[in-house]
Amino acid sequence: MTITAQAVGRLALLGLLAAVLQLTAISQVSIFGVPADLSPLIVASVGFLTGSVPGAVFGFCFGLFADTALMQTLGVTSLVLTAIGYGAGRVRELRDPAHGLAPVAVGAAATAVAALGLTLLQFLLGLEAPLSLQVGRQILMTVVLNTLLALPVYALCRRVLLPFLPDDPRRRRRRAYTTGGLSPLSRA
Amino acid sequence: MHDKVVRRRRAVLALLVALSLLLLTAYFGESSGGGLHAVQRGSLEALAPIQEGANKALKPARDLFGWFGDTLDAQDERDRLAGERDALRSEVAQLQVANRELEQLKGLQEMNTTGGLQQYDPVQSRVYQRSPSTWFQTVTINKGSSDGVAVDDPVVNGQGLIGKVKSVSDGNAVVMLLTDQDFGVSALAPKRGEPGSITPIAGSGSGELLFDLVDNAEEVQTGDLIVTAGTSSARLPSVYPRSILIGTVKRIEEGDGELDRRVHVAPAADLLHLDIVQVLTSPDANLRADATRAP
Repeated sequence: MTITAQAVGRLALLGLLAAVLQLTAISQVSIFGVPADLSPLIVASVGFLTGSVPGAVFGFCFGLFADTALMQTLGVTSLVLTAIGYGAGRVRELRDPAHGLAPVAVGAAATAVAALGLTLLQFLLGLEAPLSLQVGRQILMTVVLNTLLALPVYALCRRVLLPFLPDDPRRRRRRAYTTGGLSPLSRA
Repeated sequence: MHDKVVRRRRAVLALLVALSLLLLTAYFGESSGGGLHAVQRGSLEALAPIQEGANKALKPARDLFGWFGDTLDAQDERDRLAGERDALRSEVAQLQVANRELEQLKGLQEMNTTGGLQQYDPVQSRVYQRSPSTWFQTVTINKGSSDGVAVDDPVVNGQGLIGKVKSVSDGNAVVMLLTDQDFGVSALAPKRGEPGSITPIAGSGSGELLFDLVDNAEEVQTGDLIVTAGTSSARLPSVYPRSILIGTVKRIEEGDGELDRRVHVAPAADLLHLDIVQVLTSPDANLRADATRAP
């Protein structure tokens, strides 16, 4: 990804809108008895599209914003989302999965890591509530719900960041196949 | 070049993780009035208008999703609530029955203690059958001769006299109610001291009784209580003990002469809703006690 001021601006806007949407609407709508959590999906999508370093930075900033807005312990969500953004970026850098459903798997894994990581950190910070099966059920249902949302969220992030992404060889191949190797603009 | 990229990547990750841990430690260690808390509060104040605006703007969408969710959940909830409603209805019905029985038992208890019925060896029993005929006003109870119940034993409940035992078998007895056409009992209006007898108004279906053969019928007034007269003469013993409430004078039909005056009495006991009654198995106990005391 080409890091420009415009790209940073878009990422910031994406993060801000996603966080506000999450806090004001999505957190208040429950499906399967749990609300969806867009945070790990957005961060994982950004990491998956842009790479590990921008993903980690985006995750850190997004987490910091969430912690601030929710008056939570600063640094907790940042730490978890940094790891998610970095991990998703590394998956792209190391494997470069071509399958169309790869973002779904990444989104599901990111949600599971976020849920388990936040739970673990809360216990490490001294939460004294006993761990019940209810917590496990909540995490499982959130993962299922986020898995269903992973693809649309990824598509949205990709659309927002498309001008700054390196040209995808697969996309280039598809365009060559359908236009005879010429750009639609040059044919016109 | 590759090493530089790797080092840069790792450095950024390490920096972010360290920053997160630093923030976490500092935030966790400081009091609620500390610097980070203050920054957080300030940020919250700044973000509040944006969040409020977004909250209002997104409310229709939220409601729409909520409506879908509610619709999906509604069927399950309806079925669950229908089940709960049926269970509660059944419970309410059982409680109402239990409550009514409790009230009747309370009345009987009061009558036994304050009305002195204990001396007549009351046998408590439950009504389980009722004659549907207007002419034969009877109920069947679940106590019989094996419990000491005998024919002609008076039957009462917490409100007053019910009737008397008409026939008895080993474990059951048929009770003739006050309103049966064959029923009759010597009675008294204690306020006026006027004696008479209570008979049903046969076939009227109103449940009213007639207080007749009163010597001074003009003395009796509406609202006067009517009780059993008991045995006033050893030659003509009554099967009913003294002073068991029968009913209240409801209305008086004036006739041409004193003998035509008809005194209508409403039974004190609710004869249509009988559950628990008592059979007084020693109705002459007071007479025996008097005879013992006499010498």
